[in-house]
Amino acid sequence: MTSLRERIAEAKGGNFEALPTLLPYARFLGLELSVVDDDLVGKMPFKPPLIGNPMLPALHGGAIGALLESTAVFKLLWSTETESLPKIINITIEYLRSGKPADVHAQAFITKHGRRVVNVRTEAWQTERDRPIAIAHSHFLLSD
Amino acid sequence: MSDEPVDPKATVKKFFAEQIPHQRELGMEILDLGRGWASGQVPYREDLIGNPYTKVIHGGVVTSLLDSLGGVASASSAKFGSGLATLDLRIDYLRPSTPEQPVIGRVECFKVTRNVAFTRGIAHNGDENDPVASMSATYIFATARVAKEKSQ
Repeated sequence: MTSLRERIAEAKGGNFEALPTLLPYARFLGLELSVVDDDLVGKMPFKPPLIGNPMLPALHGGAIGALLESTAVFKLLWSTETESLPKIINITIEYLRSGKPADVHAQAFITKHGRRVVNVRTEAWQTERDRPIAIAHSHFLLSD
Repeated sequence: MSDEPVDPKATVKKFFAEQIPHQRELGMEILDLGRGWASGQVPYREDLIGNPYTKVIHGGVVTSLLDSLGGVASASSAKFGSGLATLDLRIDYLRPSTPEQPVIGRVECFKVTRNVAFTRGIAHNGDENDPVASMSATYIFATARVAKEKSQ
């Protein structure tokens, strides 16, 4: 298996596929990465299996949560020197608007980078960047 | 048409596993439920792995399971039928889920008001005393709003 360090180097070289394809569940969700204005942006292209409420219809909160958590992980791999996958300690997700059956984008911000723990805020939106559909606050352990 | 009595538990279980696309895709199912609580599981699968080096299932799968079960626990607590939406959800990851083992969840709704349901739950691999994750979430019912809109 390709080492994590090689995957990170590939992603930093412009091959963003290298990170989502590393995680089977990110592949399952169809997550994509790109760089917009020098920052990593995650994307979950819409597909019917992401629906959690077929009556509205609306995306499943769990799928949105997985996008938020994964984008935070990718951001940490992308912007820190960590050589192992960051371990998530906890995550709090606020659901602000129902997820329409459309693509979701996500951007992560490192709010504090300590020696062992990193605090990350991640925002998810659909058509309008300033109307987020969910915001997550999470803590990650960088290494033991 | 038949005179066979309707089994509400079986109806909810079937709806949960078959009619919600994301839950069907994850192979998620309800194990048991009662008024104000629900238990369920997601079987271990290679495509749900979050860490290819340790083979541990992705945290997002745990989030989906506990969010879904919290919804069932909340809906079954309501005094009226209503759609609902998750307001917020917190997950503490207590230990990595064991590879090859299903993720099992159990969520209870410990308080319900006219508008909001408060829930807490855990995820484990078969032993409730050795939890993988702890969850706390609130849900808002859609009905109060619908009733108001209808009266306008």
